[in-house]
Amino acid sequence: MSEPTAVLFDAPGPRARRRAFIASVVAGLVIAGVVALIVLRLAERGQLDAELWSPLVDPSDEQFDAVWQRIGEGLLVTLRAAFFAVVLSLVIGLALAAARLSLGRVARIPLIGVIELLRGLPVIVSILYVDVLMRALDVYQGSVTTLVIALTLYNSVIISEITRAGILSLPKGQVEAGLAVGLTRGQVMRTIQLPQAVRVMLPAIISQLIVILKDTALASIVLSQIEDLLKIADQLGGFLDNRLQSYFVIGLIYIAINLLLEQLAKLVQRRMSGQGRRRRTRASTAPDAEQQTDTDAADRTTGTRP
Amino acid sequence: MDPVLENLGLFASGFLRSLGIAAWGLLGSLVWGTVLAVFRISPVPVLRAFGTFYVTWLRNTPLAIVLFTMAFGIPAVGINASYYVFGVVGLVLYTSAFVCEAVRSGVATVPTGQAEAARSIGLTFSQTLGLIVLPQALRAVVPPVGNVLIAMIKNSAVVGALGVGGDLFSVYNRLTSAQGYAALPVLTGVAIGFLVMTLTASALLALFERRAAVAR
Repeated sequence: MSEPTAVLFDAPGPRARRRAFIASVVAGLVIAGVVALIVLRLAERGQLDAELWSPLVDPSDEQFDAVWQRIGEGLLVTLRAAFFAVVLSLVIGLALAAARLSLGRVARIPLIGVIELLRGLPVIVSILYVDVLMRALDVYQGSVTTLVIALTLYNSVIISEITRAGILSLPKGQVEAGLAVGLTRGQVMRTIQLPQAVRVMLPAIISQLIVILKDTALASIVLSQIEDLLKIADQLGGFLDNRLQSYFVIGLIYIAINLLLEQLAKLVQRRMSGQGRRRRTRASTAPDAEQQTDTDAADRTTGTRP
Repeated sequence: MDPVLENLGLFASGFLRSLGIAAWGLLGSLVWGTVLAVFRISPVPVLRAFGTFYVTWLRNTPLAIVLFTMAFGIPAVGINASYYVFGVVGLVLYTSAFVCEAVRSGVATVPTGQAEAARSIGLTFSQTLGLIVLPQALRAVVPPVGNVLIAMIKNSAVVGALGVGGDLFSVYNRLTSAQGYAALPVLTGVAIGFLVMTLTASALLALFERRAAVAR
């Protein structure tokens, strides 16, 4: 159980335990009742019929292989778009953060303006905008490129904000020491500030990966040509006439990938905060306490942005 | 910008419709998100498990899938409503998972001594939470919840894009495909509409944060 919960109520005595047990049973019954009602209703309307599910879950179904091959293709498009968007956002985001902090008070005003505009625009509007703009300028390169550019525009700004917060959180002495040993401002930024900031902000940056991955799905709403994972779910649902089932299964795929990324964020956080070896020796003396605060802190930094 | 100026009335009504989606989403996700947060810190194991499951599920699913599932799933269990209702319900279900996490992290900032003091004078869990912890957490919760809500305003554009009708996205579709206006100026108008919403919300949040900030 996490730290804040533990102080909100006493270690339960016999009466509290009984009350919690009764509340648990009641809540369990209510939840089970609602779930049962939904399942019953779905069954009544034939949504749980085997023929709607078997192309998706039954390997012996004749359509199973073709269906999962399509899903695989869609997954590849989604992952590729997310990967390029991530790499580009990281590079541009770090450069933006460095630029914003290095520029003078007046020189950075236009930069801040652009950052605020890009940050305030819904991603789905950005995607459509890039699409329309690239067609208007006659430089259209296909839907995946459009998606990557739009996601990069939005996320590089977010990553630059995360990094900037990380740089500002560093002790002032770091910069002063760097300047004192004769490094230039640029060198201080590159070799002292950015590496430390990235280290501090790595969990937040990884959780931004989850956001990017989820946002790739927006493309299939506004870009008619892209064949990402969600568009495949659309097509399968239309072709097999099992939209609900297709969305459910595809949704699970997204969840699985995101949970993996979340675990990665926690792992990185644990490594980073303890600087590896020191943490491991300490953890061996008090494994539970260490583990607890770690996962809890990671919990709070992971995926807080919808 | 002629297409925008010629159809200013249409844009205005589209803006209001989009604002309406965001406003209902805001109200709903604040309420349901807070309830979920209370579930997740309650002494009842089943409620805690439910809260964790809900948040893990919804937080890791793309919003578009949540909305599609609502649009096809709710009619499948035999409830008939408009796309508008499905859209707002989907948006609330999705956003409340994030609101829940923001509120939970706010509760964590209230010093443990507060809860301990409350308990030591004999307050129950609901009294401790309702009278002591949540009122204090409310201040700490303003920035994270505010950010979640600004993100939700942006997400309400997705609800519109799925075809609610009458909102800024449908204005775009109507003017470009039905009336043959050039896409770029119309879309610029739509973008400005959303920017007005999000930038105003950011400014309000900054103002509110300054008010709510209390040295502890």
